[in-house]
Amino acid sequence: MQVNELQQKLIAAARAQAPGGHIPYAFEKRIMARIAALPAPDAWALWSSALWRSAAACIALTLIVAALALALPHRQHDAANEGDHTLALTIDTTVEPPNELQ
Amino acid sequence: MPESHRHVTVAFGFLEPRPSATLAVMERTDSELIAAVLAGDPSSFEPIIAKYQSRVFATARRYARREDEIQDIVQEVFIKAYQKLPSFRGEAPFEHWLMRLALRTCYDFLRAHQRNREMNFSDITPEESDWLEKFRQEPSSAREDAAAARLLIQRLLDQLSPENRLVIVLLEIEDRSVKEIARITGWSIPLVKVRAFRARAQMRKLLEKLASEKYV
Repeated sequence: MQVNELQQKLIAAARAQAPGGHIPYAFEKRIMARIAALPAPDAWALWSSALWRSAAACIALTLIVAALALALPHRQHDAANEGDHTLALTIDTTVEPPNELQ
Repeated sequence: MPESHRHVTVAFGFLEPRPSATLAVMERTDSELIAAVLAGDPSSFEPIIAKYQSRVFATARRYARREDEIQDIVQEVFIKAYQKLPSFRGEAPFEHWLMRLALRTCYDFLRAHQRNREMNFSDITPEESDWLEKFRQEPSSAREDAAAARLLIQRLLDQLSPENRLVIVLLEIEDRSVKEIARITGWSIPLVKVRAFRARAQMRKLLEKLASEKYV
């Protein structure tokens, strides 16, 4: 059987039979009744959900920062050591008298 | 008009001139109706439903077969449209926005009701089998407008994955362009092309399976 031709034939069959747009009686009334029954948007609920979303974002940010802080402790420690070392050197050079004076 | 006839007409409410308020509602444009809904008049949404429900029903019938499922989809489309109306910016016609929403609802429906049934030849009705036999003997003799061909393509579409079905319907059956499909679905153009390729391949594979089950 020629599969490609069969495929084209079946697609042509689907094209030839466009689905109808017939509507059940008073369907728009039914939807309007559903819309009327929808709960009214509660301002406090919206505010609360916005707060929860912000809280989630804050927690995520905190976790990322904490993870970064844990991942890079060595580098920060080195920088601190370097700072101490530089300071010590500065003190050494200022405290020690120049060679010519000794 | 005799008085007795007038009483009958009034009693049943037909042949009476429409109230001017109703005419005014019918003449209002989409933008006016949407503005009224957003201003707190939900009843202005009813003419919008009345105007577009036929198109939404036709779209839903492409993706669902059972009438109760179709009605559920259409109902969901209009409820979503009502709830999301504040996000409609009016840059494109309302109809395009609504039909995009309808299509996404149909796609969600397909994903939720994904049927994992393997197609097997025993499911096919004798009419479909006859049509296939006719096609095998003389392809031109198998008519495209036959009910059996319609059932067969429906059966094949039911077997496709939701993405593939959506692409086949839009691209092959509704004859839309790749660009248009990308706009409607929110997929990129290369993704639409890839999915179209996969969809055709899946359909061909299913047809090969069907042919091999019946004739090998």
